[in-house]
Order: sequence, then C-alpha cells, then structure tokens
Amino acid sequence: MGLDKHGIAKRIAKEVKNGMYVNLGIGIPTLVANYIPEGIEVVLQSENGLLGMGPFPTEDQVDADLINAGKQTITTLPGSAIFNSADSFAMIRGEHVDLTILGAMEVSEDGDIANWKIPGKMVKGMGGAMDLVASAKNIIVAMQHTARDGSSKLLKKCSLPITGVRCVKKIVTDLAVLEVVEGGFKLLERAPGVSVEEIKTATEGNLIVKGEVPEIEV
Amino acid sequence: MINKTVENASAALRGIQDGMTLMLGGFGLCGIPENAIRELLRLGVKDLTCISNNAGVDDFGIGLLLQKRQVKKMISSYVGENAEFERQLLSGELDVELVPQGTLSERIRAGGAGIPAFYTPAGYGTEVAEGKETREFDGKMYLLESWLKADFSFVKAWKGDTAGNLIYKGTARNFNPMMATAGKVTVAEVEELVPAGELDPNMIHTPGIFVQRIFQGDHYEKRIEQRTVRTA
Repeated sequence: MGLDKHGIAKRIAKEVKNGMYVNLGIGIPTLVANYIPEGIEVVLQSENGLLGMGPFPTEDQVDADLINAGKQTITTLPGSAIFNSADSFAMIRGEHVDLTILGAMEVSEDGDIANWKIPGKMVKGMGGAMDLVASAKNIIVAMQHTARDGSSKLLKKCSLPITGVRCVKKIVTDLAVLEVVEGGFKLLERAPGVSVEEIKTATEGNLIVKGEVPEIEV
Repeated sequence: MINKTVENASAALRGIQDGMTLMLGGFGLCGIPENAIRELLRLGVKDLTCISNNAGVDDFGIGLLLQKRQVKKMISSYVGENAEFERQLLSGELDVELVPQGTLSERIRAGGAGIPAFYTPAGYGTEVAEGKETREFDGKMYLLESWLKADFSFVKAWKGDTAGNLIYKGTARNFNPMMATAGKVTVAEVEELVPAGELDPNMIHTPGIFVQRIFQGDHYEKRIEQRTVRTA
C-alpha cells in the first residue's frame, strides 16, 4: 500500500519545471534526479560548491576532488561552475535557487520542519538544512507519512527540535500529496489504492479535504 | 615579490601552542590540509578549538586529532560519520558548537573581511537562535551572527606560487578560500608549488596577501568517503 521511495521521487519530479535551479537533499530527494522528464532542463546545485552536477563517474573518471554534499563522487557537465561555500550559500540565502527538495522527520501544519536532531540520540548537525529552509522560494518535502510504530509525522506541532519555521510548501509522502495552507494540510492527491479515510487517520495535524481527491499518477 | 615559502609542515606550524583556535579547510575529507593535520598530531598540541565544516572520520582527517584528545572544542555544521566524536560529545569530553553551514561560511568570510556581525535568516525560530538578537527586515525575521577568526588557518590548494597565490581544484575549494582570509597566520599547503609569475593572475582564487606561509605538501592520500560509480 502506498508509494515506495521511487514512487515518491517520481511524483516530486513532476514538480520540477524547465529552467529551474534545484537543490536536492540526501536520501529520497537524490532519487528525484533519475525521474526528471525528457525535455526538462534543470541545473542541480550541490551546496559544497557545484552548479551543474552530473551523474556518478565511471571507474576511470573518479576524482577525489569532485564530490557532492553527500560526499559521493560525481562529475561535472558542460556549463558547470565551481565556487566556494560562501558563494554557494549566497545562491541559497539570496533566493537564487528556485526549488529545494529535502527529507524530514516531522512537519507541522504551520509548515515548520524538523529534520536535524533527535535529542540524546542523533546529534550530527544541521549541515546546510537550516540555510536552505530559511530562504528557499519553494520547498518540497519527501517523507514517510508515519513512523514505524504507526504514529503520524504530519503534526499539529513538531515534537523534535525544528530546522525552520513556516517554510514547507508541499509534501509528498508514501500516502499523499499535500499542500501547507492556512489552517492545515490540504490534501491534493492520494496514493493509488489509499483512501481519504486512511490518510486522515495517518495525519495528526488538521487535514483539509475539499471535493474529490484524485489518485497520484506516477 | 615577497616570498612566503617555508620548507615543510614543521616550519609552517612554528609558533603553534596549546589552547589556540584553528581553522581547517575541507568538506568531508575533500580539500583537507592533510600535511598540517599530520604535523599537529606529531607536535601533540592540545586543548585546541577547531573550526571546520566537518570533523573527519574515525581514522582520518580531524578524526585523528580527536582520537589523541587534542581537541577541546569543535565549531562545525555536520559531524556525522565519526563514532569517536559522538562518544566524546555524549560523555561531555568535547564541547561542540553546531552552526548552519551557510552561517559558518559567512562567519568565517566576515572574520576575514572585517565585518563583526551580520543578520541571516538561517536558524530563526530554532535552538540556534537561542540568546541571539533578532530583527525584522522587510517583513522577515533574521538573527545576528558574529564573525569567526583563528590564530592559525590551515588551507589546502591545488597549485600555489611563492607569493602565496592559490588555485583550488574541483569541490576541494569549499571552505578554504574564506578560511585563508580569517587566520592571523594562514598556512597554505599545495600539491604543486611554482615560482611567482607562473600562475595566470586572472585565475587566482586566493590572493597571496591572505597567506603568510606556503609549502609543497607530500603524500596526499585524498581519501574518498563515498566512492560512487556507474557502469560505463
């Protein structure tokens, strides 16, 4: 039931428009690059200092001096540019990046996002996430609708330390596509075979349902 | 032209003492000053405050300094991939200030540029903002962040000349150019050191004025954290 991580990535790829500069976070967001439709030209920004991120290298192209923000070896493309970290975050903070796609542990109905810290358990740091969510023109979150124990990750208020306030615009989960609007999560689409009732049960925050809710086409 | 060349890492680190604040370039293990780290290990200086985006891995980079308990405090944006780090942090042996990556790079840039503080939106409304001044500009909230400076900055470049001019390669550039500007003493290690005049002035990333000492490094391992390949 619901979408797997590739399904989530495929659905998000449909939000990517021609000519956009896009920053992809680690995890499901990275997969989005594989599903960008033919004919759509986008430039991927990697916050460690590369615009125009290419595919992974072949064995003989591997260069230790060329990695992405996930520390994976990558390649450049014709038209790529390399720059320092201050310039990279000028692109991000200065709202030159059109779309940010990132993962989350929790999102609140106000659009707050938590994805950097679990007190007492995981203290790895926020990396560039706080800069990204504070300034992005458009943020789409890729996440699971519920935790392993079934508890909702779409909440009235985040329980974990937040990464940014009132910043998330759209959420694509294994169960649904939702938009953050005044008053809660507006249900836009549901995963194939998933009912509105099931989504309601899985959402702790206020779910706004208006009219017929179409199935996600992937 | 002023000659900034020193013979080796040992000469480059002359004057370093316990308790100093250091900047170390690099993103993950990409573009880290391997020779300077090796010399810090050999000297055994301790109680260091290290400003670096990451803390290396258990057995390489700054991770080696952590293993020898030479670091008192880390100022970083992301410190995953290092179990010893997490252990020292949770046991209270190590003090850590986590800073959003863009704020970190800008605080370093500000330190080198003579700007004591600036407003940024990153971290507003989060625990990063605790105790910091906030202010509204054009309807959006920002928080005040202050500059960072260091007693020594250690940067790694691809090519350098005897005047201290530097050119970086690939994404090994990352934090190195800002850190070069923010050290009282900036030590540059390069893979290839050439006489002044051999590098094209149009292609210089870090002008020599920011660099006090330069040397040609050796035995670069350039370890890769996530070797990811596709089939041709």
